[in-house]
Amino acid sequence: MTRIFVRGAGAVSPAGWGVEPLLTALRAGDPLPSVESCSRGRESAPSRAAEQRDPNDHRRPTLAAAAYQSTQQFKEDQALLHELRAPSGSRRFAARLVPTPVPRPAWLAHPRLRRASGISQFALSAALEAIESAPGTVLDATRLGIVTGTHTASIRYSERFFGEVLDNPATASPMLFPETVMNAPASHMAAFLGCTGLCYSLVADQTAFVQALVVGCQWLVDERVDTCLVVGMDEAAWPLADALDHFAHGLPVSEGAGALLLTRQPGTPPAVELKCITDAHLYAAAATKEPAARAMRSQLPAESPGELLVDSRSGAPRLDRAETLAWADWRGARISPRLALGEGLCAATAWQFVAARAALTCGSARAANISVVGANLQSVGARFELAEE
Amino acid sequence: MLFPSLTRTGPHRVVITGAGIVTALGLGWRANADGFRVGRRAFRPVSLFDVTRQRAREAAEVDLPHALPETRLSARTSRRLTRASRQLLWAAAEAWRQAGWEAGGSLPLVLGTTGCGSESGEQYYRLALEPTPVRRGQPTRSLRHQGQRQALDVAEAFGFEGPVTMIANACASGSNALGHARELVLTGRAERVLAGGYDALSQLAFAGFDSLQALSTTLCRPFDARRDGLGLGEGAAVLTLESLDSARRRGADILGEIIGYGAATDCHHLAQPHPEGQAAFLSMQEACARAGVAPESVGYVNAHGTGTVLNDASEALAINRWAGLRARDLPVSSTKGSVGHLLGGSGAVEAVVCLMVLREQWLPPAPCVETPDPACAFPLVRQPRDARVEIALSNSFGFGGANATLLFRRWP
Repeated sequence: MTRIFVRGAGAVSPAGWGVEPLLTALRAGDPLPSVESCSRGRESAPSRAAEQRDPNDHRRPTLAAAAYQSTQQFKEDQALLHELRAPSGSRRFAARLVPTPVPRPAWLAHPRLRRASGISQFALSAALEAIESAPGTVLDATRLGIVTGTHTASIRYSERFFGEVLDNPATASPMLFPETVMNAPASHMAAFLGCTGLCYSLVADQTAFVQALVVGCQWLVDERVDTCLVVGMDEAAWPLADALDHFAHGLPVSEGAGALLLTRQPGTPPAVELKCITDAHLYAAAATKEPAARAMRSQLPAESPGELLVDSRSGAPRLDRAETLAWADWRGARISPRLALGEGLCAATAWQFVAARAALTCGSARAANISVVGANLQSVGARFELAEE
Repeated sequence: MLFPSLTRTGPHRVVITGAGIVTALGLGWRANADGFRVGRRAFRPVSLFDVTRQRAREAAEVDLPHALPETRLSARTSRRLTRASRQLLWAAAEAWRQAGWEAGGSLPLVLGTTGCGSESGEQYYRLALEPTPVRRGQPTRSLRHQGQRQALDVAEAFGFEGPVTMIANACASGSNALGHARELVLTGRAERVLAGGYDALSQLAFAGFDSLQALSTTLCRPFDARRDGLGLGEGAAVLTLESLDSARRRGADILGEIIGYGAATDCHHLAQPHPEGQAAFLSMQEACARAGVAPESVGYVNAHGTGTVLNDASEALAINRWAGLRARDLPVSSTKGSVGHLLGGSGAVEAVVCLMVLREQWLPPAPCVETPDPACAFPLVRQPRDARVEIALSNSFGFGGANATLLFRRWP
């Protein structure tokens, strides 16, 4: 049986550009000593690496994302609530937005990225960090696969473009329209990395990232690719916040990306192995999400010491009910990225996996169950374990 | 478990036992086959939204009946379906019935789309913009806009559960969905998969292509030297894919076999193909290599052929290069001149067209082509004619450099 390992991880979140700010925010928002100690212990490595990069090299996927970690320390006010407003001004929504990167990364000067949407920038930054955090991984672009999972793709450009269409379609910007297509972020990533092979963009609720992981695993097992980048991403905009508000009033919407680099080889220890992905438990036949969440949970191992649960609770009791019940017996360590950072949809799901990997690589947990109870499609879970030597 | 898969075996031969199709030519195999066979053109003035301030005014709209096919959907759910869901359901119902599949159990569903339930999303946005925003009905509109909702509609309608994979690879989505579904059966991860593609006409997409000046203001004429753009259409196609063993066990009527799938990414530009069609070439080459088929064995190519200057020029070069000497007598046509570009639905619809070619042994002509582009080293099918075709190839290319090729074999 082919084994799949998570060789690298990257993230962009309202806490900042990089995995470290994400972990720091999780520590602050939902205290977890293991993640805290992990982030402290790993802080210096990206700094050293960042110093060695060539700032004029736009194409090479060097340490762009890591550079943020050294130059932009997490501050509590970075994750403060922003406000999104509908054009009518009558409705306002809480949001946690990704801060502007300082300094502006050199790779944004790449021709494909000059007009790219925020979500494309988030996705590429997370992907580059995932690659950079996997020392010893030989990246052959012709054998690299890319799979993204998103809920709304570039909703900001879509909203802007459709607004222009309603005002006057004759003057709607032709520059915006191609960026509204759902595979634009994956396309930019492929162009930047020189990937000419398999590249899929998946769309669904929060579980699209997990479905993307499944596809990535299939490609690796079938040896269609040697390395696979799996990226979860979403962008915040007022129409999304407005829609979410109908189901969870006051729940902050969030944005960003998370990326995992998968290979068939474990790489440098400690190696994190993707042990399993449960079945997809659809809500189609069920009146509520609870049976699906329960079925997902039952496919993951029972709790044992040293294990971590990373769940998808957002803080909205009605939305969280099925997941809360499914894991009611869990007494161990638990991380809920959305509680700290807001409902980032597929980005937030990716943060769950990034946080789980971080906990394992720093030795604070030996296994992690990741639970994703999607809003309206399915419940699906996964498990990471430290690979045996 | 989705991973590791406990049942991986194979390789298995992948056959098609059901096909459903909805386009502006009509609902179902027969209406479409009759239309494609003679190159009927199904464009008309757009009635779904205001196009009076656009350059282009026509599209290939589907005449959707008020009724729905008989399914397990409740009356309440049926009332709320978007145009995209309704088209998808009609196509799925035809395929399901033809295959003779029964409800229950786990069945993977793989769908390709670019706009999901765009009509509902656009309506949501318009109402949210009102000075006093409308609240009533907005939660339903926001849900109906989401792609997974159309997938759930299909799963509910036919009574199955299973993993849902929604591929949004722009205009290659439908072909990628069928290709991915084929891989699931080929590797033994699934014995049966329901797969297809769909997209309903949307104001955003229409205005988008119009803003790029990619829509024809005359006639959509793929591969014509004087072509001036594409024509948009809408529709859906769904196929039931299963292993040959499964089909034989059930005594199913086999419509054809999917023998190859290739996919490649074009890094040239977000919205323009590489001028020499590098990724298109790689995609066709991979599909043939994986099928163990040489271009000499291919009897018909259903080209992506949008009718834009850039796409058709680059695809022509790619076909010339891939086919080599075979190009001289390899029949090629694009059916987008008949039903328009169906975006996420086009790959699946054109897969059904290939099945029609293989089952009924005729070639679909491209309507309105007067002077073939000299870049075409191959003969364009311009008049209806019968032909003996054992293997048909279908190309689908999209924004973002998504390129996909499917290869079908006639079932004896």
